[in-house]
Amino acid sequence: MKIHEFQAKAILSAYGIPVPKGEVVATPAEARCAAERLGGSAVLKAQIHAGGRGKAGGIVTVASPQEAEAAAERLLGSRLLTHQAGPEGSLVRRILIEEQVAIGRELYAGIVLDRKVAQPVIMVSGAGGMEIEEMAAKHPERILRIAVDPATQLQPFHIRRLIAGLALPQPVQRVVAGLLPSLYRLFQEKDCSLVEINPLVMTTDGGLIALDAKITVDDNALFRHPELAALRDLDEELPLEIDASRFGLNYIKLNGTVGCMVNGAGLAMATMDIVKLVGGEPANFLDVGGSASAEQITQAFRIVMSDQSVRVVLINIFGGILRCDRLAEGVMQAVSSLKVTLPVVIRMEGTNVEQGKRMLAESGLNFIAADGMQDAAEKAVQAAGQTVQRSTFKVDE
Amino acid sequence: MSILVDSKTRVVVQGITGKEGTFHALACRDYGTSVVAGVTPGKGGIRHEGIPVFDTVCEAVDKEAANTALIFVPAPFAADAILEAIDAAIPLVVCITEGIPILDMIRVARVLRGSGTRLIGPNCPGIISPGMAKVGIMPGHIHTRGRIGLISRSGTLTYEAVHQLTRQGLGQSTCIGIGGDPIIGTTFVDCLTLFEQDEATEAVLMIGEIGGTAEEEAAQFVACHMSKPVIGYVAGLAAPAGRRMGHAGAIISGGRGTAAEKISALQRAGIVVVHSPAEMGATVRQALNQAR
Repeated sequence: MKIHEFQAKAILSAYGIPVPKGEVVATPAEARCAAERLGGSAVLKAQIHAGGRGKAGGIVTVASPQEAEAAAERLLGSRLLTHQAGPEGSLVRRILIEEQVAIGRELYAGIVLDRKVAQPVIMVSGAGGMEIEEMAAKHPERILRIAVDPATQLQPFHIRRLIAGLALPQPVQRVVAGLLPSLYRLFQEKDCSLVEINPLVMTTDGGLIALDAKITVDDNALFRHPELAALRDLDEELPLEIDASRFGLNYIKLNGTVGCMVNGAGLAMATMDIVKLVGGEPANFLDVGGSASAEQITQAFRIVMSDQSVRVVLINIFGGILRCDRLAEGVMQAVSSLKVTLPVVIRMEGTNVEQGKRMLAESGLNFIAADGMQDAAEKAVQAAGQTVQRSTFKVDE
Repeated sequence: MSILVDSKTRVVVQGITGKEGTFHALACRDYGTSVVAGVTPGKGGIRHEGIPVFDTVCEAVDKEAANTALIFVPAPFAADAILEAIDAAIPLVVCITEGIPILDMIRVARVLRGSGTRLIGPNCPGIISPGMAKVGIMPGHIHTRGRIGLISRSGTLTYEAVHQLTRQGLGQSTCIGIGGDPIIGTTFVDCLTLFEQDEATEAVLMIGEIGGTAEEEAAQFVACHMSKPVIGYVAGLAAPAGRRMGHAGAIISGGRGTAAEKISALQRAGIVVVHSPAEMGATVRQALNQAR
């Protein structure tokens, strides 16, 4: 789960890591008052989850409360087109307004999880400010990394190694050495999958301050952090995706016309792939789970069809725990209760498949039955009004 | 033969009295697997569906000689359950549970490293050696005994692959779902190593997906150490970046972990790549014909 910058900074601050003085505002008038309290000049930062705000005009420096009010007027309610947000951009609802900081030098400090070694990795760099991925690609030597063995946790030598590579003046070294253990403790205690301070600013008077902050919390650990779960911002998520999550369905909206309903994440991805391979575009990823109930299937149908671009619904189910007869029952129920008019292509296989197929055939409802994934994808793409492409990768049988 | 599970497998089911635990313990037993014990703390001493239940894994090992643990314990307590099984020196632990916190798994992975235990999963369908033993939640009846080894990060996509193989008349030696989480106990490389040594396995089908670098590491291993044909499929060519596609580990982050990247790594290693998920079975058949 992503959280906002102002929320991340509040957590850093609670761990003793200095952050700029600031306030969160939602109106131009509030921005004006906040700027006054900060002494006139200030920095306004749009609070959205997508990265790349600066380039999209989401960060504005102002010299007076009047300017702060005018800038807030422009930012609030606007949509920032960042490279990470969708084509419609991210709506700015809140602004973090902060004191200006006299930047001496920009550093980087972060902790991520390294999947390969199954350990948290602390990263520091003397060249902060850039996007870390860009820096890792262009100048990997500028990032110092150290994996922390969970059996020993963070040790003084880890810090010494990291500091040694930074080439900082003595007094700043001490401050960084004090900051890293706090950052590591935060990462552990708050079950983070990412903590990043970029830039970590060395001020002209020799202090350190976290000018920007990013924290991602492990969704699986939210059950033991109600205080973090409360930071979820539903405004940053698509209404359909929130809707789906309420019914235990995993739905991700895409831009195509073939609505997909599949059990299992891997099969759902493979279904999207084959739709694309035969010349269509998937409208969504949807995993109904291993043991979907009739209720969940009805809800899944409703959600897939709420997307106005959907022209056909493709159901691909491999029955294991979810038996095909139960699936058929759910689909029939959904189609009649939701008065589905779109074409529905069904491919099912596995436990009780014959029974399931018979039920659908005898239902009197209009389903397009498919045999195998290729056939299903072709029929769906055809029903969506697109031309079926023969896969160039076709293997001769 | 087969790898990891066979007719000598004696399963203890941790979390046996729960709904999932009960359902699948019975399904495994019906398949012919020796399900010798269950563990539910506080319920030791009862018999559940004819299976003796203990308070601890140690007791199940002492009294019933369990050598494989199958875990259905809910996510908040699952890491503890895995650690208990490692502590009881169980050689093979299969964890089905989805949603275990990553930092819990980091501790588990560390303890595994110095132990004699192999962990499969978590967030996986388990492992089956058709005709011998099923330790997991997969539908047993779709499998047939044979000579193809199968490794996959997914559940139902694995069943799809098994179904396609069976249709081609290709049985399976062992099918392993290694799990969809970012941190898992057994990797593609571990399984490939075992399949290379297994006399019953003639070729291996590996099914990867977006996220991480496990497929790239497998490709490198195949290029250097595998004499048997390996066929690969990678799901997620149509997946958008930055979104978690159902599995906690299936995410393209910072532009890395794309299907295209993985496919080209597999190809460079000489692995036969399946481009359409409808043709996994047919491609294995073709690769076998060429190899024979």
